[in-house]
Amino acid sequence: MSLSLAAGVVPGPRKDPAVAAALGRRRKRADAVIRLLCVAATLIGLVFLASILITLTTRGFEAMSLRVFTHTTAAPGSDGGLLNAIVGSLIQALLGTAIGTPIGILAGTYLAEYSQGSKFGNAVRFVSDILLSAPSILVGLFVYQILVLPFGGFSGWAGAVALAIIVIPVVIRTTEDMLQLIPNTLREAVIALGSPKWKMVVLVCWKAAMAGIITGVLLAVARVAGETAPLLFTSLGNNAWSTDLARPMASLPVTIYSFASSPFEDWIALAWAGALLITLGVLAINILARTLLRVSK
Amino acid sequence: MSQAATASPPAARPAARRGNLGDTVFEWACRGAGVFVLLLIGAIIIELFIAGWPAFRIFGFAFITSTDWDPVQEVFGAGVSIYGTVVTSVMAIMLAVPIAFGIAFFLTELAPVWLRRPVGTAIELLAAVPSIIYGMWGFFVIAPAFAKHVQPWIIDNAGELPLVGFLFQGPPFGTGIFTAAFILAIMILPFIAATMRDVFEQVPPVYKESAYALGATTWEVMRGVVIPYTRISVVGSVMLGLGRALGETMAVTFVIGNANRISSSVFGPGNTIASLVALEFGESEIGTLRLASLLALGFILFVLSFIVLATSRWLLRPRLKA
Amino acid sequence: MSTTTGTQAAPTQGFGGVQARSEAALNAPRIAIRSLDFFYGDNRALKAIDFDIPDRQVSGMIGPSGCGKSTLLRVLNRMYSLYPGQRATGEAMLDGMNIVAPDCDLNALRAKVGMVFQKPTPFPMTIYENIAFGVRLHEKMPKAQMDERVEWALARAAIWGEVKDRLDTSALGLSGGQQQRLCIARTIAVRPEVILFDEPTSALDPISTLKIEELIDELKRDFTIVIVTHNMQQAARCADQVAFFYLGELIEVAPAAQMFTAPRHAKTQEYITGRFG
Repeated sequence: MSLSLAAGVVPGPRKDPAVAAALGRRRKRADAVIRLLCVAATLIGLVFLASILITLTTRGFEAMSLRVFTHTTAAPGSDGGLLNAIVGSLIQALLGTAIGTPIGILAGTYLAEYSQGSKFGNAVRFVSDILLSAPSILVGLFVYQILVLPFGGFSGWAGAVALAIIVIPVVIRTTEDMLQLIPNTLREAVIALGSPKWKMVVLVCWKAAMAGIITGVLLAVARVAGETAPLLFTSLGNNAWSTDLARPMASLPVTIYSFASSPFEDWIALAWAGALLITLGVLAINILARTLLRVSK
Repeated sequence: MSQAATASPPAARPAARRGNLGDTVFEWACRGAGVFVLLLIGAIIIELFIAGWPAFRIFGFAFITSTDWDPVQEVFGAGVSIYGTVVTSVMAIMLAVPIAFGIAFFLTELAPVWLRRPVGTAIELLAAVPSIIYGMWGFFVIAPAFAKHVQPWIIDNAGELPLVGFLFQGPPFGTGIFTAAFILAIMILPFIAATMRDVFEQVPPVYKESAYALGATTWEVMRGVVIPYTRISVVGSVMLGLGRALGETMAVTFVIGNANRISSSVFGPGNTIASLVALEFGESEIGTLRLASLLALGFILFVLSFIVLATSRWLLRPRLKA
Repeated sequence: MSTTTGTQAAPTQGFGGVQARSEAALNAPRIAIRSLDFFYGDNRALKAIDFDIPDRQVSGMIGPSGCGKSTLLRVLNRMYSLYPGQRATGEAMLDGMNIVAPDCDLNALRAKVGMVFQKPTPFPMTIYENIAFGVRLHEKMPKAQMDERVEWALARAAIWGEVKDRLDTSALGLSGGQQQRLCIARTIAVRPEVILFDEPTSALDPISTLKIEELIDELKRDFTIVIVTHNMQQAARCADQVAFFYLGELIEVAPAAQMFTAPRHAKTQEYITGRFG
């Protein structure tokens, strides 16, 4: 069919302002309804966040006292605390981060500076992404197989190694992302001065990306501080005071888990105190990491 | 997620005797770390499979489908826990995705600018809360609330419906598959919302302006331009959430009810692979078939997660080029 | 409002070899802008603009980067309303309605005043759906009439022949020039009265640019056109009236032939001869 393209000729019904207006009203109504639903969804999310935080604060503070920090875990009925669990968590989290971070930084550096889109590099990136979201309970089972069974017992080392495995992909991702933000002109300028490549990477690129890399490490620490499942199968937990890495070691999440599933009131109260501690710690580290990133920009 | 630099980094300058050793050592250190990562995941897969092999060998393929779990008779099957894993995760996704979408839409288009960062940060902080906290909150706050208010109401009102009524039966303990799915949903909600928000923000403003310029409302712009533009990435973020939900242990273990059967009602108890492993590990002695079965379950969980995570990654990585 | 078509005499030679079309009398204004100020936050980006846009003719806006021409264009369809902190005061009267007034109905305004952007923005849908999307916002019609409207819009945008056999394929498969003509078709399909072009050819190759300029010349039979361009030759080729902006002020407005042969202001002359910008 040939349509007339002469000036002033437009096919279709004549412009009816009433129809357009009615359509407009209906569309505006639909838009308003959707807006309302989205606000409601956001409120739902915030309400749950508030519920969690409020529960934590009220029940956690009830149970909080100086004893929590000065006494080790004890049998129900006797006034115990969480000291060994707190210290054990700190030791394993820091040790795990110390083990995992260098590997993560080096691998992330490999991806950003050396891999040039190679298949090997893509494979490493792929695996790192899988590990990042893989169930942490499986990491625990794996380390159980290689570090607990052969050596005849649960240990703080095994716990730290399990946490290190969780740290590695987090650090790889942030290191690679941060290094990729650095413009190539900077790299070229350093090389043009006659510097070997490794110095360019270590002395200039790492320095330029340092804030971001540290943020990544902090976020990794926050993540492993709250992990329970990997520690269940590796360091198991210890009711006595112990900083011996070769023996089972207590940790906050595992202690919380066993106390909270027990029928004892004082243990449950201590579990809430521990939960509050972990959450405060994790949130504090997160906020610190964000501020660091924002300040450095 | 950042954009890669336009060209690849400059290659090392040709060998000069002094810098060459440093370059070689450093490059191989970095490369070695990469190799280590590949070996690590290989080791995890192999180790789980080897440790679980006794169970696979004895029960064969039926291990995956069997719903027996009898430590006394030494008959084990993954059926119940696989069912629980899949059902709780899928239900969690169904609950979380619409809300996550609403939050992402709110954060990218609707909220006034001064509100965006605080609310966005609040959502991200929700994502940072450890799963054991969710487990405790679920057990001490949500489960009793469900037992007292939600479950009785649903059982009374929906339990009599034809066709679907059987889903809502049973004593209102407050725990069970549905509660576990609910807690899981809250847990993965901030994560999916944040990923969706990042995806929506990547749509170049000029596309949205084109739609507004035709006289479209905000919702019409979302529906007509933003969602089609980001459709693949949105599915990828949902799958990422699903991948995380599959492996969650602590959020689920407290409230799932730890029963080794598949109940027809969503309020009935059950198990997921992760919760079963966590609960039974302590009682399993070294070298037993029970322990091997638990590790075999771990292997199955790894395969499941791997497939879901790999798919999500494939969907999320390529940026849509218009 | 009657259209007076200019006589097609030989183009007059202007400064820097810029060839302007010959004198066409300007029609009555479709949009009358008075005392328009525009603010990005506290920064006054447009100062007291007085400007008439004649009905069914092409008004070109030129000037160096940052002079405010794109800002003014985006006032005319209230695109700035999407962004907080941006506001306009004054008057821009279209059919008795003040465009910048807070009570102006934005969706209805944008149905009257369409915009084509610098970067082609095909929606991720089929070619047919791209066109139908805008129409459906404002009109209800059965499929047969929609088919007609889609064909008409694509034909008016001089792209019907190239796409008529693949209306159901994705618009993303078209070339850059085709995508831009698709966007023009999409804008026309809604039957606006005014079409705003924001540097529509700066991202295209010379052949596509020429096609679009021919298109604009043809479209002005039915639509009032405002075009922002960095390219003075383009302004000279396409526009009936040219406005020169500098640092947020409207320095000079004149029929195209006059602008490029005998500009009144020194600044205009400097810009046209390439002394700056």
